[in-house]
Amino acid sequence: MMKKEYRAEYTPASVNPLRFDPEKCIGCNRCVEACQIDVFLPAGVQGKTPVVVWPGECWYCGACVMECPKPGALELRHPLMNQAAFVDRDSIRKEKMF
Amino acid sequence: MNWPYVNEAGALKEEKCDVLVLGGGLAGLHAAIAARRHGAEVTLLEKGNANRSGAAGTGFDHWEMACTNPGCRVTPEEMTLALEEEQDYFSNAIGHYIETREGWDRLLDIEQFGGKIRDTEGEFAGQPFRDEKTGLLYAYDYHNRYTLRVWGTGFKPALVREARRLGVRIQNRIEATTLLTQEENGGRRTTGALGFDTRTGAITIYRAKAVVLAMSRPARVWLFHGDLPGLCEFRPFSSIGSGHAMGWRAGMEFTLMEKSVRGEFSASGRSFPPYGTGNNHNTWYAATLVDARGMEIPYVDRDGRELRTVEERYMPAPGQKFFLKGGVIDEPKYEWRGPETLPFDELIRRGYRLPFYADLGAMPEGERRVIWGMMVGQEAKTRIPIYENYTHRGFDPQKHLLQSYGTGWQSAAFLDQERQLFGAPGGVMHDWNLETNVKHAFAAGDMLYASDCAGHACATGYWAGEHAAEAAERADFGSVDQDLVCREQERLLRPLEVQGGIDWREVNAAAAKAMQNYCGGVKCEDLLIQGLQAIRSLKEESRRIQCRNPHELTRAHEVSDILEVSEMILEACRLRKASCKPLFFERSDNQEARREEENCYLTLRQEEGQVHPGRKPLRFYGDLETNYKAHQRGGGLE
Repeated sequence: MMKKEYRAEYTPASVNPLRFDPEKCIGCNRCVEACQIDVFLPAGVQGKTPVVVWPGECWYCGACVMECPKPGALELRHPLMNQAAFVDRDSIRKEKMF
Repeated sequence: MNWPYVNEAGALKEEKCDVLVLGGGLAGLHAAIAARRHGAEVTLLEKGNANRSGAAGTGFDHWEMACTNPGCRVTPEEMTLALEEEQDYFSNAIGHYIETREGWDRLLDIEQFGGKIRDTEGEFAGQPFRDEKTGLLYAYDYHNRYTLRVWGTGFKPALVREARRLGVRIQNRIEATTLLTQEENGGRRTTGALGFDTRTGAITIYRAKAVVLAMSRPARVWLFHGDLPGLCEFRPFSSIGSGHAMGWRAGMEFTLMEKSVRGEFSASGRSFPPYGTGNNHNTWYAATLVDARGMEIPYVDRDGRELRTVEERYMPAPGQKFFLKGGVIDEPKYEWRGPETLPFDELIRRGYRLPFYADLGAMPEGERRVIWGMMVGQEAKTRIPIYENYTHRGFDPQKHLLQSYGTGWQSAAFLDQERQLFGAPGGVMHDWNLETNVKHAFAAGDMLYASDCAGHACATGYWAGEHAAEAAERADFGSVDQDLVCREQERLLRPLEVQGGIDWREVNAAAAKAMQNYCGGVKCEDLLIQGLQAIRSLKEESRRIQCRNPHELTRAHEVSDILEVSEMILEACRLRKASCKPLFFERSDNQEARREEENCYLTLRQEEGQVHPGRKPLRFYGDLETNYKAHQRGGGLE
């Protein structure tokens, strides 16, 4: 079989669950190695921020953030549709039921 | 962009080991450690990275059914019998008995490896769920103490360290694709497996004397989301039942594959992030719930007696030996029914109003802290996605109420045809050694029929590893079916050659839709046959999937496995002619007269394209203690 050259293309999704802060990221690629799905690819240059190539395949386990040595360098967030609401306890008016 | 890894497309390598473990989750790592302790040379293949892979890669909070832990008041026999009766004997009693006998030993092992299993700092000193002598924390039934609360986020890294220390060769980013077999003594035995490097595209023939299949249960069969495919199921996106698919291709015998349930968990549009809404189940048991006006929702015991204190929610009813709760227990029978909030319909009748909320602030401080902080924080997918994210958004469990959605607190609204393999679903049929009908091929964890939860995965993984090591001692390497290797090479790499083809997502979506249409909540023969035709035509269509790199190839292989599993499910549904409530199996063309004779395990395997049905009586495994003693290999510390 003739060897094909591999190519990767950023595959957009309606949600970008993972966001790097390039100022804080040291490009250690621990997140790349922690991800079970391989949604990241390491940047071609050493020490640079990895690329989230397949954001739609993220399953929101948080392993990448758990392994990140620089707090705030990588953030995981749920899609808006999945952000459960919480309300202040005191805002709920207790009234007698019967 | 350029591919950052080496290109090894077309490379064919060969490696040898005594015991090959497929899957590096809790079950696989335990199998590898056990086999290594018994002296075998062990290689473990993991599609992701074993450090955080599998359903419990980023944590788990409960260790269930640890009946030999020093505080437990329920015997392994009592617990296994309860689970059998609870599930009308469609329960994996062999697995559960191993779990109840040896789960605690596995936990002690993990502690030795560096995992945290007890409250060593006294964080919960004086709490009713803490044993002051041992520091163990209990969940659910505080009197009977069979389930422990553990710090599961640290377990996988600890197990990987130990496996490496023992000399297990862990190969990450290798997708096990194919079980190798040969004929022997009129049956089949395994001689290893093929592995595909998900970064380089190289294929390796792993020759082995024995193999442990420790892969996930099938997923993405009915549920798929083309835009956010990673969200469509509860378990890891890449865990889709490749072990089931390769077993089916190799003639392995399965059972209960006709069982599926209406979707319970995913994180896509039908539900919310697991453990991320107000509820009172599992990780959140027994949270205080309030209605829209802050009225507390009553808990009742099995006799409908209203419970006055939070502490009573963790105690059996008067005259009850113990109650059952845990991952696989939904609505237990009277004998084991524990404290629960009033049924939804009754609440509405009494005037309670939606939405409901979890009100941790109304709970005693220790109970609040153990739910929010320890349990939500240690459970799979909660440390970062829930605990840290919600905290970052300003959630304070003392000040805030967390909303429930839908009718009550399940926070999921699936349709009947949106199904999942959940709640002890089907899997591999096995004997007391956890060996399958393919000799020297063992199974563990979610590969086993009616299997569930972390302690079960660890205990059965260890047991399978011990028996695989023993089988390897008396086996040779056998031969490799070179024709199969060539066919598989072609199958695995073909999408690289396709021009103007289709995306793997299109086929996955079509397969899920076909399963919803033809194998939904209510089955009938004509639709099942149509379903088989649809899946077979999708198998043809899948030859047009086009890929540009090994990452996409892995996704394409998964779709091919999903189609394989879908076919097995449809065939299994065809074999059961009568509706069967314990299996959530309903037919519109129900042959009621056959119900009694079908009150058994219906099995199926495939040989040369033909389905071979079989059956086993419900309690085929014989006396538990006698068989356990005859087959145990030292994993228990007694």
